[in-house]
Amino acid sequence: MYREDYERRKKFTRRALILAGAQLGMIGVLGGRLYQLQVLEADRFKTLADDNRINMKLLVPPRGRIFDRNGKPLAVNRMIYRVLLTAERTEDVAKTLKILAKLIGTSPLDVKRILAEVGRRRSFVPVTVKDNLEWEMVAGIEVNAPDLPGISIEADQTREYPHAREVSHLLGYVAPPPPGSKDTDPLLELPGFRVGKTGIERQFDLTLRGKAGASQLEVNALGRVIRELERKEGVAGDDIVLTVDLNLQRFARKRLSSLKSAAAVVLDVERGDILTLCSVPGYNPNDFNKGLSREGWEAIKEDIYDPLINKSISGLYAPGSTFKMLVGLAALKYKLISPRDTIFCPGHYTLGMGKFHCWVKNGHGPVNMKQALQQSCDVYFYELANRIGVERIAKMASILGLGQLTGIDLPGEKSGLVPTRSWKQKTLGKSWQGGETILAGIGQGFVLSTPLQLAVMTARLATGREVKPHLLRALISGEEIRVTDRPLPPKLKINPRHLEVIKSGMDAAVNTPRGTGWGARISERKNSMAGKTGTSQVRRISSYERETGIIKNEELPWKDRDHSLFVAFAPVKKPKLAISVIAEHGGSGSKVAAPVARDILVEASKRNLLTASSRKN
Amino acid sequence: MALGIKYDPDNEGLGQKLKMVSWPLLLILCIIAGVGFCMLYSAGNGNWEPWASRQLTRFIFGAVILLLIAVTDIRIWLRYSYFIYFLSLALLIAVELKGVIGMGAQRWIDLKFVQLQPSEIMKIAIVLALARYFHGVTLSELKTIRRLLTPVLLVAIPVGLVLRQPDLGTAVMLGFTAVVVFFLAGVQLWKFLIAGLTGLAFLPLAWSFLHEYQKRRVVTFLDPESDPLGAGYHIIQSKIALGSGGVFGKGLLAGTQSHLSFLPEKQTDFIFTMFAEEFGLIGSLTLLVLYTLLIGYGLFISYRVGHQFGRLVCAGVMSVLFFYVFINMAMVMGLVPVVGVPLPLISYGGTSMLSLMIGFGLLMSANVHRNVQINRHGDFID
Repeated sequence: MYREDYERRKKFTRRALILAGAQLGMIGVLGGRLYQLQVLEADRFKTLADDNRINMKLLVPPRGRIFDRNGKPLAVNRMIYRVLLTAERTEDVAKTLKILAKLIGTSPLDVKRILAEVGRRRSFVPVTVKDNLEWEMVAGIEVNAPDLPGISIEADQTREYPHAREVSHLLGYVAPPPPGSKDTDPLLELPGFRVGKTGIERQFDLTLRGKAGASQLEVNALGRVIRELERKEGVAGDDIVLTVDLNLQRFARKRLSSLKSAAAVVLDVERGDILTLCSVPGYNPNDFNKGLSREGWEAIKEDIYDPLINKSISGLYAPGSTFKMLVGLAALKYKLISPRDTIFCPGHYTLGMGKFHCWVKNGHGPVNMKQALQQSCDVYFYELANRIGVERIAKMASILGLGQLTGIDLPGEKSGLVPTRSWKQKTLGKSWQGGETILAGIGQGFVLSTPLQLAVMTARLATGREVKPHLLRALISGEEIRVTDRPLPPKLKINPRHLEVIKSGMDAAVNTPRGTGWGARISERKNSMAGKTGTSQVRRISSYERETGIIKNEELPWKDRDHSLFVAFAPVKKPKLAISVIAEHGGSGSKVAAPVARDILVEASKRNLLTASSRKN
Repeated sequence: MALGIKYDPDNEGLGQKLKMVSWPLLLILCIIAGVGFCMLYSAGNGNWEPWASRQLTRFIFGAVILLLIAVTDIRIWLRYSYFIYFLSLALLIAVELKGVIGMGAQRWIDLKFVQLQPSEIMKIAIVLALARYFHGVTLSELKTIRRLLTPVLLVAIPVGLVLRQPDLGTAVMLGFTAVVVFFLAGVQLWKFLIAGLTGLAFLPLAWSFLHEYQKRRVVTFLDPESDPLGAGYHIIQSKIALGSGGVFGKGLLAGTQSHLSFLPEKQTDFIFTMFAEEFGLIGSLTLLVLYTLLIGYGLFISYRVGHQFGRLVCAGVMSVLFFYVFINMAMVMGLVPVVGVPLPLISYGGTSMLSLMIGFGLLMSANVHRNVQINRHGDFID
């Protein structure tokens, strides 16, 4: 036995040593793993631990407001309230809801939904009882708070446009950010956050948006907030003051609304402040913010009068006779005619095989430049165009701001078109025809412009300065008001005496009995306007139709009717405002667009916009 | 007798025996238990209730039992080895028959004052029974297969019962402990090889017997990221807690992972994670060294014992301790699947504390009575 036990002990000792070695090795593995986790990968795990416990909550900054030039609010933020129920803080959910129903009128269906949600969620997660409540309703809850344990109120902001329909295109609207946007602002990821879609809201989106604040919350594994670790308040967006005069804008819209599809632009002839920028029909931007129904969206999209398009900057129209001042100026500049020279108008003009008609079938007889502008004689300008050539017309158009972006602070502006030989060759692959120059002479053919461009052109004619249009008047961040300072624009390279000739023609066109705009004159002499009518043809009139009698506009389908245009500045003596009005397929310029322009300018004079400095700093 | 001073233990007084108790070992034990109270205090968010104070009471109770066992003659324990084993087996069967459902598995017996977990007791009982058996078998007798049948049955029956509960962690520990005792008893190495290969062959069969949640645990262990919010959640959160502790830790009561409830079972199976999060690498390595010292010291005692029974009991108890420590730590570090093994002396839990103290008591008894003479049948030799 002893001998046996000696053997066993020897074996035990040897094997115990092996065992100890093996165990030590395994403990070494544990030590190594600890080193790996707590030293090598410690940083990664520290980050993960913080990710676990820290919940970042973005604090949405209030969006900047938008005002008109007189401080009237155009876009504001309205507080809306949400009533929440936290189940764990109330003893009897059903009872609390019953009391609440009396105050905010929750329907039995709502109650059923809330109870179902309460059952589904963890008891400390607040459940929305009712959304979009006004303060008056919420106030009742505040008063009754002791009877309503577990009920809390959350405030949120929503964009609201108090004068939505008046300024729809101008302001644009806000909507959820488009997916795949390159903007990396974390605010965009917040549900319910909105960015500017069009108009001022889009142009100045970043200015209006502000900077997000952040609140760091410590949460446990269930998501319950333990405490706030850090809070950084955001920066509210800047408020914007526009050059627009809401009253005039409202009047213009009302006046234009009698037309199916029209646009009007009123601007300060020196500084380029836009007082009115209006396009009808419009839309209600509040609808977009609330979320438009599919039917509502379809209706807007399918509307043949294009309510979504801001025609004042995106609508392209042949300028028609409003182009004639420009052709006259070019002819004077290149000394191809003197103001006193007359051209005989027999009612038509022939170039090679082509025959071009004047709008007065039997002709105007001999007319000089002033008379040609007064009576809008087409033959006179056919002849001038033929003398100048299309390239030099384009040059003058460019000086007056046509065929290029005006640079207005709005998205979606169109540049229009002033044709040249090389342009035609390049885009159409065809060489320029002489007849096309003749048509360009009366603003037809390829020439296209926006109402804004025509207003800018008129302003430049009125002052001889390189007027540039804009909407931004001032930015307000907190207490600080930054008025965008704009110096008087430089003089254009146009002889002032030539301008006087053109302006006297425009004066005569409105303020003399033979003028095309006589019917729309402003009788009060100190506020009288000088202008030019335009009726731009949309369809081609065949020679057969000319023989048998041109079909009257009113008898044509709407889409084939002429565009009605009118541009003007006022007062004649000391120009203050320039205006352009376009009624799509409205018919004659003198009968439709001119009276609208007159009414808007009369309204402006009533509001002292024609006399006093419209710029109140 | 090859080693030690000859003396007659029967003539030793109680004072003499107490003097021979290994006090350094007891000191290490107390330090580790102290760490445990600290962590349970932290787990209670800085409160002695509900865990730390109760654990302290249990430890003191356990220490008294430890000393009582230590001064009792080792030959008494040898004589009652089988009795203790069968008693534990009976308790295991009782759990099987009339168990209280706890944690989704039948593991507890309610003895009114304490909830007894027979599988924990079995860890010590099986060591006793195997030591008793191998004490009576010579090396040459061990070479026959017939002689191995009884001990294999002694192991297989409780392992089977524990697996039925189902408690994979304990079953694995019982198995490993038994293998160690077999190994130290001198069973030929090639037999382990055969057994190992057979076991491997039956692995697919065993897999099919596993419960769904056990299978899921093994799968998640292999790929924890596959289900980060489900079954893999515990392992991932545990690793984050450990790693974020870094070298110096976040400080007592400052572990974010543990105190914000990202860590599951922080007072029991995942207590080491909380410890490592709050005390960092320095703390966790210190604890690892303490355990290593404890196990090393225990093995050193086994080397000094003059009889096979005492040697095997010592080494067996140390194996139980080692597997506790290793499986628990490896589990929370994501090295082995989550199987539900507590960290000895630190995790909150009555039975595991008690059974470990009993184990240490037996180890101490073997130390105190290291030079007694025992024949192969366990009779006293005077």
